[in-house]
Amino acid sequence: MRPAPPPREPVGMTTTSIPRATSEPIIEVTDLHKSYGGRAVVNGVSFSVEEGEIFGILGLNGAGKTTTVECIEGLRKPDSGRIRVAGLDPVTEHKAVTNVLGSQLQESDLQAKLTVREALELYSSFYARPLDWKPLAERLNLTAKLTTRFGGLSGGQKQRLFIALALIGAPRVVVLDELTTGLDPRARRDTWELIEDVRDSGVTVILVTHIMEEAQRLCDRIALIGQGRISALDTPSGLVGRTAGSTVISFTPSAPLDNESLSSLPGLTDVEYKNDRITLSGSDETVNAVISLLVRSRITAHQLRVSDATLDDAFLDLTKS
Amino acid sequence: MTDTTTTASPTAMAPATEGRRVSPRVAVLISETRLFFREPANLFWIIVFPSLILVILGCVPMFREENDDLGGLRLIDIYVPIAVLVAQIVAGIQAMPPTLTGYRERGILRRMSTTPARPSTLLAVQMLLNSALAVLSALLVITVGRLVFSVDLPSHVGGYAVGLLLATAACLATGALVSALASTSRYAAGFASAIFFPALFCVGVWIPVRSMPDTLANVVELTPFGAAASALEQAAAGGWPDWSLLGTLVAWAVVLTAAAIRWFRWE
Repeated sequence: MRPAPPPREPVGMTTTSIPRATSEPIIEVTDLHKSYGGRAVVNGVSFSVEEGEIFGILGLNGAGKTTTVECIEGLRKPDSGRIRVAGLDPVTEHKAVTNVLGSQLQESDLQAKLTVREALELYSSFYARPLDWKPLAERLNLTAKLTTRFGGLSGGQKQRLFIALALIGAPRVVVLDELTTGLDPRARRDTWELIEDVRDSGVTVILVTHIMEEAQRLCDRIALIGQGRISALDTPSGLVGRTAGSTVISFTPSAPLDNESLSSLPGLTDVEYKNDRITLSGSDETVNAVISLLVRSRITAHQLRVSDATLDDAFLDLTKS
Repeated sequence: MTDTTTTASPTAMAPATEGRRVSPRVAVLISETRLFFREPANLFWIIVFPSLILVILGCVPMFREENDDLGGLRLIDIYVPIAVLVAQIVAGIQAMPPTLTGYRERGILRRMSTTPARPSTLLAVQMLLNSALAVLSALLVITVGRLVFSVDLPSHVGGYAVGLLLATAACLATGALVSALASTSRYAAGFASAIFFPALFCVGVWIPVRSMPDTLANVVELTPFGAAASALEQAAAGGWPDWSLLGTLVAWAVVLTAAAIRWFRWE
């Protein structure tokens, strides 16, 4: 599929959707610094992205996510640090990088009176080896809109067109920046499927988002950025597991439980009482201990729910410190 | 798409067929030309308005009377070069800046800079389009003057052409500087209007430069618009325009272009 995989890649690794192949990382960022007017927006960020993965960059607004990817796209010049995209420098080898990296930008429109078809044709003319835009439009569900002007498209349609434009140069990696912000839940879910599709076709995806659900569902790995630094970098479940109280147990006991036996539960990090309902945060160990405690005390647990903490909880927990 | 190791996907598709492919520059030119003709307001102001002014003025009987103060010319004769310059001002100063600033404001230039094409292509194409239409409009004005009001064609064609092209360049450079300095397209439109009316005054829309009091005429001829008006009038009358006028135009075009390049921001 991809034009030039390193020859030493072992046989059996040809399925492009397997993340972390043994090849060189497609993107390497080392000690990136960028400040505006003396204010450090990106302050020593390092990470690498492996070919074939969906890599999430997650953080609150103003955390430095967009600045980081703009440096990768070569739209901004880093103050210091080293960036390589498929071995290329985005500033000094900008044109070569644009052939490898496709970008869907935040807050970037097209001419209002340009039709979808004209936009696709125009952007494919920019590349030496573009994809055929017709099947691309078909796949992105834009065929019915080819003669519609950009100004007449819905938010979801615009985003699909932007994804098409990011892919039209047949890049090895695409950067999708806050793709689903402002989309309705249906359009958002459709877009998620599309992103998985893109990855399955062998294109590496860098997904910038502040929507936890999106990151948790799509990303193979997530870099959590806060105040210009990476505060955590892990798989979604790794991030969730890293937080204290990663398992949440809640139930309504048939008879009151005494405080002491609850608070001595192993692995417990938090207890909450709300009306008759008890919510415990802890680990797997806590779950077992609660169940045996209930059995021993002959108490029935109504509406017993055991769930993993969400990435939301992890995010709040990790950005707190 | 029959490759068994991958699933059907947007990129698992054949690359576009070779041949009949146009270069990015040509593609941008085609696309921008198309978009230009989708803006009826621009077309009206650049192509129709200058000739329309001439026709309306020509309907006033006084404009068609020979006038001893004008050396036997009619006012309509004097107004042909003025209408020609109105076209340059409308295109360069009124139409172009909001478009260019809008391209920056709306991230169109930014999106282009993530592709192998250069966003400067878009700016260059816009300038080319606006100047081409301005010159076209000038030719239309001259034709209307000739056919409808029997205004003589410019006697010194070379001088007229040089004066016209320098005037186009100076107007585009003014517009480029407005685009460079204005942060939003609304601001650009306001900024452009602030220059638009003084520019119309300087080319003599209200009083032809030759009828202005000497001091005023001397000041007006220091502006690119006044200099262009006098240069075209001299060439229309049959002489090579004064070097001082052409020099003034060149100086403005160079300084304004340099300033526009110096202050233009890509985002």
